[in-house]
Amino acid sequence: MTETALVKGNEAIAIGAIEAGCRFYFGYPITPQNDIPEYMAKHLPDVGGTFIQAESEIASINMLLGAEAAGARAMTSSSSPGISLKQEGISYLCASQIPGVIVNMSRSGPGLGGISPSQGDYFQATRGGGHGDYRTIVLAPHSIQESYDLTIKAFDLADKYRNPVMILGDALLGQMKEPLKKRVYKKKEFPRDWILTGAKARDSRVLKSLYLSEGELTEHNWMLYKKYQLMKREIMFETRFLEGAKLIVVAFGSVARILKTSIQMARDRGMKIGLLRPITLFPFPYAALEKISLSIKNFMAVELNTGQMVEDLKLSVGHKKNQVDFYGRPPGSIPSPDELFEEIRKIYKKRIG
Amino acid sequence: MKQVFKRPETLIDVPFHFCPGCHHGIIHRLVAECIDRYKLREKTIGVASVGCSVFLYDYFDVDVVEAPHGRAAAVATGLKRARPNNFIFTYQGDGDLAAIGTAEIIHAANRGECVTVVFVNNTVFGMTGGQMAPTTMAGQKTTTTPFGRETDTNGFPIKMAELLAQLPGTTFIARAAVNGPKNLMKAKKLLQRAFEVQINNEGFGFVELLSACPTNWKMSPKNAAKRVEEELVPYFPLGIFKEERE
Repeated sequence: MTETALVKGNEAIAIGAIEAGCRFYFGYPITPQNDIPEYMAKHLPDVGGTFIQAESEIASINMLLGAEAAGARAMTSSSSPGISLKQEGISYLCASQIPGVIVNMSRSGPGLGGISPSQGDYFQATRGGGHGDYRTIVLAPHSIQESYDLTIKAFDLADKYRNPVMILGDALLGQMKEPLKKRVYKKKEFPRDWILTGAKARDSRVLKSLYLSEGELTEHNWMLYKKYQLMKREIMFETRFLEGAKLIVVAFGSVARILKTSIQMARDRGMKIGLLRPITLFPFPYAALEKISLSIKNFMAVELNTGQMVEDLKLSVGHKKNQVDFYGRPPGSIPSPDELFEEIRKIYKKRIG
Repeated sequence: MKQVFKRPETLIDVPFHFCPGCHHGIIHRLVAECIDRYKLREKTIGVASVGCSVFLYDYFDVDVVEAPHGRAAAVATGLKRARPNNFIFTYQGDGDLAAIGTAEIIHAANRGECVTVVFVNNTVFGMTGGQMAPTTMAGQKTTTTPFGRETDTNGFPIKMAELLAQLPGTTFIARAAVNGPKNLMKAKKLLQRAFEVQINNEGFGFVELLSACPTNWKMSPKNAAKRVEEELVPYFPLGIFKEERE
């Protein structure tokens, strides 16, 4: 049975989470993601779930840690400053191999910043974000449908890798309304031989991150590293107009959404411009971009920050005689399709003529 | 011959790493005895906190999750909500519970989470080497109050049991000491009561245990135990501060 609804991105995430079997939500209010806790508070009781408005983002992430350690599917959501507070807990989740889904409907920073859309949390999301050498899978939807689909997928990925998964959106995606086609989630089974249920008819289990014996922590970190390498199997990206393109524009999330219109405008004017939109920001599609660079030499990153993802683009294609250009702007205003068209047109003219 | 004393089944047969005269070992035993008494071993999930007691999982034969510093009460909240039929306890020191974890413990208590909190107050940060804790006594010398805690700049030793007893969400709040057999017997009774309130689904149970840290107090175990009685007990009175029965 598919049902169509007109919903905000924030609501799509909440609906997707409940469909994926999330029965525990812990959060603390912050704009622009309040529709998520509000939806959960209203609808989780219908499915026998638990909603707690916690005393802080720190408490929220640790409640999630407890619920997930007990084998439940749990989610927390926040926006940039709140995500900074959750980073301590995210580090512990990764270290103790406890799954969980964390939503960052990011706003603009630094500091209290503002509530307008921003992609300024790219580094924080893709480089671990807290202390220690760890990674979370980062999914970046660019539509309301994708917000829903990726949230469902996030729960499976979290359980599959016993690692937190982050959904990285922004105020634009959270507040925009689009039609959403719901689907029925088919439950997948993952090993549950680590969850804490009480040591009945088995040895007692420990979920921890402290390793003090000689060599133990090194071994633990190598194990985690290998897991992060395995996550490359999950790389997702979307491409448009790659065939015969002379310039590839790389963008994610809401900016990629705007760019789709700008690129269409450029195509209509005969410019051979293609798009690559990473959907997984970690793991990043390095190999795919490198492969594209065998035939296309000009790349351009467009971001709603002063240059973060462009570093990953350079790591992918920057080591050859490829040209990597960048257009970014700090938060505070949303670029229009016309404005972005002008920016990519300038680069196209400069590099291709 | 009748056996009158034995190691609780819940305690694993390994030597504790604690310093000579440290009271953690005694408190571990008390908690394990309670778990045995109510036959809870197979349904217990413990929350270890940061500090000397982080190695809880090396000694207790129960499922354990290690919480970030101060967050044990929030982790316990998630565990208990997800597994209401399991027995959930946290074991936290004074730095963990009364400094960095103040928000988490107050709000877990205020929500009336049905968990049991064992709070070890030895007036000092033990694992990090003897710095001032929120419970450090006025005038007490620590590595970060080398001239003694001055209340006009460092504030006053915080009375967690009294503070939590004010909250309508709590069910059982008590303080005991573990520095000698007489106090220990009372501590055991109070701990049992804190276990029972969870077993009976009555709500939040909390026991603060005054204990010694001879190493960081730079005292002999004997004098440290004496200090608990002579200096701590007069400021941190023993007894039940809140008991609500259904």
